Amino acid sequence: MTTLARIPQLLVYGIISGSILSLGGIGVSLTYSILGFSNFAHGDFMALGAYIALGLFTLFTGLGIPNTRFGPLSFGFGFTVAFILAIALTAIAVILIDRLLFRRLRRSGPIILMMSSIGVALGLRNILQFFWSPQPHYYTQMIQRAVSLPALGIRIKPDEVFIIATAIVLVVLVHSFMRYTKMGKAMRAVADNATLAQVTGINTDRVIIWTWVIAAGLAATAGILSGIENKFITPELGWQMLLSIFAGVVLGGIGNPYGAILGGMVIGISEEVSTAFISTGYKPAVAFVIMIIMLLVKPTGLLGRKN
Amino acid sequence: MEHFVGIINYIIFFAVTAGTYGILALGLNIQWGNTGLFNIGIAGFYALGAYTSALISGLPPSAWEGRTFGGFQLPFIFGLLGAAIVCGVVALLIGMPTLRLRADYLAIATIGIAETIRLVLNNESWLTNGVWGFQQIPSPLYKTIHGASSAYLHSHPNLPIWIHDLIAKSYDWFYLALVLVVLFILYLIMERLVHSPWGRVIRAIREDEDATAMLGKNTFSFKIQALILGAMIMGIGGSMYAHYARFISPISFKPLYGTFIIWVMLILGGSGNNKGAILGSFVVWGIWAGTDFLTKYLPFSATQSASLRVILIAVSLEVILLWRPQGLLPPKKQLFTLK
Repeated sequence: MTTLARIPQLLVYGIISGSILSLGGIGVSLTYSILGFSNFAHGDFMALGAYIALGLFTLFTGLGIPNTRFGPLSFGFGFTVAFILAIALTAIAVILIDRLLFRRLRRSGPIILMMSSIGVALGLRNILQFFWSPQPHYYTQMIQRAVSLPALGIRIKPDEVFIIATAIVLVVLVHSFMRYTKMGKAMRAVADNATLAQVTGINTDRVIIWTWVIAAGLAATAGILSGIENKFITPELGWQMLLSIFAGVVLGGIGNPYGAILGGMVIGISEEVSTAFISTGYKPAVAFVIMIIMLLVKPTGLLGRKN
Repeated sequence: MEHFVGIINYIIFFAVTAGTYGILALGLNIQWGNTGLFNIGIAGFYALGAYTSALISGLPPSAWEGRTFGGFQLPFIFGLLGAAIVCGVVALLIGMPTLRLRADYLAIATIGIAETIRLVLNNESWLTNGVWGFQQIPSPLYKTIHGASSAYLHSHPNLPIWIHDLIAKSYDWFYLALVLVVLFILYLIMERLVHSPWGRVIRAIREDEDATAMLGKNTFSFKIQALILGAMIMGIGGSMYAHYARFISPISFKPLYGTFIIWVMLILGGSGNNKGAILGSFVVWGIWAGTDFLTKYLPFSATQSASLRVILIAVSLEVILLWRPQGLLPPKKQLFTLK
């Protein structure tokens, strides 16, 4: 097949991967703007979510809870419940990590927090490796047939439609939350100016908890969706995506959740389309080069404000 | 006395590795400890130094190696200097777009360059021999020293076994001395630099960059210089590692061994203190090696034990950050801040 004829299919892959990167990026962007540091454990929050879902799903299957598949999708009731519970449990785990570490280090400044997040990243990843081994685990062994759309020159699986749809729904939800709820407005106020927000009576501690709920919830979702797309998960799944996620966040404008969505999409699509021209192994390097070019041209990113 | 050779081997291996980490920690100390530059891509510079040195001093491509380039068989010192220069150039390229921005950007960019270097090592077989890496990297003066000690042993067949073993390992003793000498020279240079006017400026940048800029210092230029200098030292560390291990491949430079553990060494030892950096390297490497021994007695598989050790290191980092962020040997004189 000629290179050009492969482009539509690669665009589809790019949108799928971009959906996952965007969900991861929103969390990175929110923690950056509200808590003031780059969270290098974010990728491992994704892996944590993916493994909690795996653990619950295995438990449910053992208890005999049915997993009748939803139509053409590769999963059903049992997995969906595990999915939703995993989002909640990941959020709780992350809030506990915040209480235990990040909250105590907040006065020490952003770089110490960054360093602490690297420790959390390594610790979490190795806890997952301890219990589940570094080997891949499978959500399902089922091989799903892709639906062919010859008019567009693409093939897409029902699961992949589900991933894109989930990402769209969540982005709309996060947008509505930030725009129309009191907590969402408080979060934006803290992001703009934390001291001023505190003076006006906003409870910054509650804002921080909600930030973690959204960031960790979306991270868990992104981790589980990547497991659905690839069919397997490893403890390193989030770490492997972290550079691409950061590249997307910087590209869109660090601290701006909408920029993270746009940036994640651009990075996802660029990485996949690049495989038509260069070795697949260089995907993260493509993200990195795009990020460096953006920093040289406009460090505030596509949607960033002037500093 | 049968284990004697094993013990000598272990001591030498331990000290050479700790000394190499000491070199890397000195490099990080210039960047982070003195200037406040957050480099989390040490593994990239470490690998780049090792590969550059191996390409300059190593064997030319042969039938069993897939590469088509390099292997100039130049003396070790050229490999060492080449490693430092290449790492310095890469640091310049990374520093230019990021050092005018918030610290986060440098952090992300250094992770990015480390990952990119790792990908190049894995994929560009013509240059790096891919996942197989380089073998038979020559050690400096190996033939001379090993030849002399073999000849001596040959002419003195009736030596006690432990003296025989000590002499048989004479090359390893030599390399250990070499690592320690390089470490010591770098330490002296760093001490001189840190206490020079240049050192006062970079420490002022760490304390308060805006105030330093207000005093008329071009902070961007000083930060670039510190980043380059640190990276060059890391390259020297990589070179020292390559010529000792004699075999390098991309997995030798994973972020855990190449970046994270060095951070823990510096923070535990005392950021901003060159002695602390070296002390931290030996202490943390001692703990790391000691836990390897301990985990053999735990009822876990080898991979589980490996994970446990990493968890232990991660927990220690958090404990230090929470309760003793200044480390074992904090820097002596703190500058006054204008805040």
